[in-house]
Amino acid sequence: MKLSENTEKLLEILWVTIEEEDKTGLQKKDVVEDSGDELVQQGLAEWKGNTLSPTPMGKLEAARAIRRQRLGERLLADVLIQEDVLLDDHGCHMEHALFDGIDESICTLLGHPSFCPHGRPIPPGECCRQMRATVGKLITPLSQLHSMQSGDIAYTKMNNQRHLQKLMSMGVLPGVTIKLLHRSPSFVFEAGYSQFAVDEDIAADIYVRLNGL
Amino acid sequence: MQIPALKNNTASNQPTASCHGGPEVDTAGLPLIAIVGNPNVGKSVLFNALTGAYVTVSNYPGTTVEVSRGKGRLGSNEVGVVDTPGMYGLLLITEEERIARRILLKDRPDVVVHVVDAKNLERMLPMTLQLIEAGLSVILNLNLMDEAERMGVQVDAVALERALGVPVVTTALTLGRGIGQLKEHIAAYANGRSADKLSNTSLRTHRYHTVIEEALAEIENTMSGSYQMSRREIALLLLQDDDEIVSLVREQEGRSTNEILCIAESARARFSRPISYIVARKLQEATQYILQPALRLPERRVSGFAEWLSEAMMKPWSGLPILLLSLFLMYEFVGVLGAQTLVDFLEGSVFGEYINPWVNQILSTLIPWLVVRDLFGGQYGIITLGVRYAVAIILPIVGTFFIAFSIIEDSGYLPRLAMLVDRVFKKIGLNGRAVIPMVLGFGCDTMATIVTRTLETRRERLLSTFLLALAIPCSAQLGVMLGLLAGRPDLLGLWIAIVTGVFLLVGFLAAKLMPGEQPSFYMELPPLRIPTFTNVLVKTYTRMEWYFREVFPVFILASVFIWFGQLTGLFDLLVNTLLPIVRWVGLPDETAVAFLFGFFRRDYGAAGLYDLLGVMSGSQLLVATTTLTLFVPCIAQFSVTLKERGWKTALAISVFIFPFAFLVGGLLSRLLVLIGARL
Repeated sequence: MKLSENTEKLLEILWVTIEEEDKTGLQKKDVVEDSGDELVQQGLAEWKGNTLSPTPMGKLEAARAIRRQRLGERLLADVLIQEDVLLDDHGCHMEHALFDGIDESICTLLGHPSFCPHGRPIPPGECCRQMRATVGKLITPLSQLHSMQSGDIAYTKMNNQRHLQKLMSMGVLPGVTIKLLHRSPSFVFEAGYSQFAVDEDIAADIYVRLNGL
Repeated sequence: MQIPALKNNTASNQPTASCHGGPEVDTAGLPLIAIVGNPNVGKSVLFNALTGAYVTVSNYPGTTVEVSRGKGRLGSNEVGVVDTPGMYGLLLITEEERIARRILLKDRPDVVVHVVDAKNLERMLPMTLQLIEAGLSVILNLNLMDEAERMGVQVDAVALERALGVPVVTTALTLGRGIGQLKEHIAAYANGRSADKLSNTSLRTHRYHTVIEEALAEIENTMSGSYQMSRREIALLLLQDDDEIVSLVREQEGRSTNEILCIAESARARFSRPISYIVARKLQEATQYILQPALRLPERRVSGFAEWLSEAMMKPWSGLPILLLSLFLMYEFVGVLGAQTLVDFLEGSVFGEYINPWVNQILSTLIPWLVVRDLFGGQYGIITLGVRYAVAIILPIVGTFFIAFSIIEDSGYLPRLAMLVDRVFKKIGLNGRAVIPMVLGFGCDTMATIVTRTLETRRERLLSTFLLALAIPCSAQLGVMLGLLAGRPDLLGLWIAIVTGVFLLVGFLAAKLMPGEQPSFYMELPPLRIPTFTNVLVKTYTRMEWYFREVFPVFILASVFIWFGQLTGLFDLLVNTLLPIVRWVGLPDETAVAFLFGFFRRDYGAAGLYDLLGVMSGSQLLVATTTLTLFVPCIAQFSVTLKERGWKTALAISVFIFPFAFLVGGLLSRLLVLIGARL
């Protein structure tokens, strides 16, 4: 099924409204008529009175689109290091280039990220559920490194301001080389000539680009 | 990023007439030197070096939660010196940082000495850039040069000075290296104090993203208030949504505040990531640029005994034996040498044979009234009980504990211990960091309650305050308890097991009952260092001084209160009220007196049990010591809890603990009967 760009956008908005804003759907006044009609025709959404809400199939399709979009943002931000700009515009165009299948490879490459650079969740794909690593991971959370493995910090999770502040105070910023020394009983890593102990939650916030890749 | 040619700041360093008039005895009129920097880089050592004999320290170095101020002499001038808790940057994370930043914001220091760890320049220089950006008169002190050299890290101070435009001085403060040169630089800066330092520095090491720069310029132009930092830095912190700065701006700008906040908000909206992150990245980038010609790192890491030991401390299988060994050594030092040998000597010989008989004799010849005599002498007198307790029991126990604690603290062991226990502590709603107040609690719960300030969330502060009050016996109490149970290792073992069990169980339940954010653990692990003798002495001394200032009056007051209670019959009334409870718990009637004393000082109560050793069975002794350990916090701890956490919390904690302690005692004694234990 091929949707027009505007219709796909509407489907995504619909998904965000329901999944992330906890509403039942979009009001008629907020819906562009053509796109709304197209969604209903394709069986992706239905009208309940004045409220447009997605069908189960629509939800699935929307989650995929959102996933492609946010993965695209991740790719831009982490691999192409375009962090100081608004990413939405780019991500938007990117998602159309990410067909199903390719997004799995990109997802694996990026270490199955669970959130976009803005800190919003990325719906997991089949590859995340199986934690497939066929492509060979480029980026992985510190919490999944073996001890004595090292790499450069690729990025840090952004959605927890408190954690982020702590990471920044420890000098944990992209580009810094770190080495995991211990995994247990707490995670101990080395950055420069300093060693830090963190718990698993914080270790999972640090994404490392493995050395030798 | 551009680095303009060095424009020396000396123009503004020329001596100018002081706006505060000539030097005065009061620190308020003196040129002020603020010492700032990351935790554990040697700020307090510098403070002691600068203030020397004039020091008036009111804090606990290492776990610094309060600001130390002192007077020092630089050349012929007297200066004020202020030491601050460790901070990572001008943007806040912890309460301690707030305290540190407030000094920069409010106290108008004439010189800011930024102490950094030379081998970790990459991580620490961003804060130097922030301080310079804030328009402060910064001296960068590259400390721990000895460690850096051992590691093979080379720093070109001259190149760094050129790039930053501020004086850079290398030192190894614990060895006394470079302190003379540092003093000269500070003196030169302090003499050149002038208001125009606050104007923006002309040397700019970095520029932020255009959107940020534009917002900064716009905010700076809208601002009209006066600040102790450059407007640029204030605006930058504002962009990063710093609460305290927002209220400061509100205070200064009045009606333009909303306009300023609007500019900040729309700048924030332009970025997908927090501005604090973008700023941090830029500072990091600038740091790397600056350090490129100035820093040489060795090809290979040096690894010696300290690194090996550090590894051993952090691995569970070797870390646990090391923990037990340190506990044993501590027991030998505090429990045996302090609580037994020294106490026996002071209590038995000095007071028992000389002072008390002498005081009583003098009193009986000078004062005809028994009532007044009892106030000073006799069984519960100010001198014979209050002073005797303070000097003969508390002084040796607390003194040896603080020596041991300072050694452990300075060695760098505590963060490793924190890392080891983090998972267990998470179960009781705390994180590994809380191990520091907990260990300190074994010295003095009152002091430890103050140190809980270093914990991040309100929930953690509350839980740790509660657990300190309930299940952590202070050294004075511990000393007496160990004495009581000295002949019975089986009871000692049971007592430790029960109290530990209560600590974990109650902590676990309390954490379940108290909703709140899951604590997160992060901690820097400083390199292991051999503690220096003088530093340990200074720390012990300042802690002892604090202890006596805060706690000694309570002893005296307690003596007076007991005297008053006996005089008026209030004492008997209270003992009678406690009697049924004590009987329910299955203890001899006489223990009621011990519990009543426990209200005043936990160890008073424990000491009261000494006299009853003969009448109590093993089971009763175990029940009595357990109950008394859990029993209400002493008056000093209660008052500190009140001050730190508010009266509701303080009261709630006491109201819980009082019946709970007896409940545990009662259940324990019934259980012992039930299983027919003969102890």
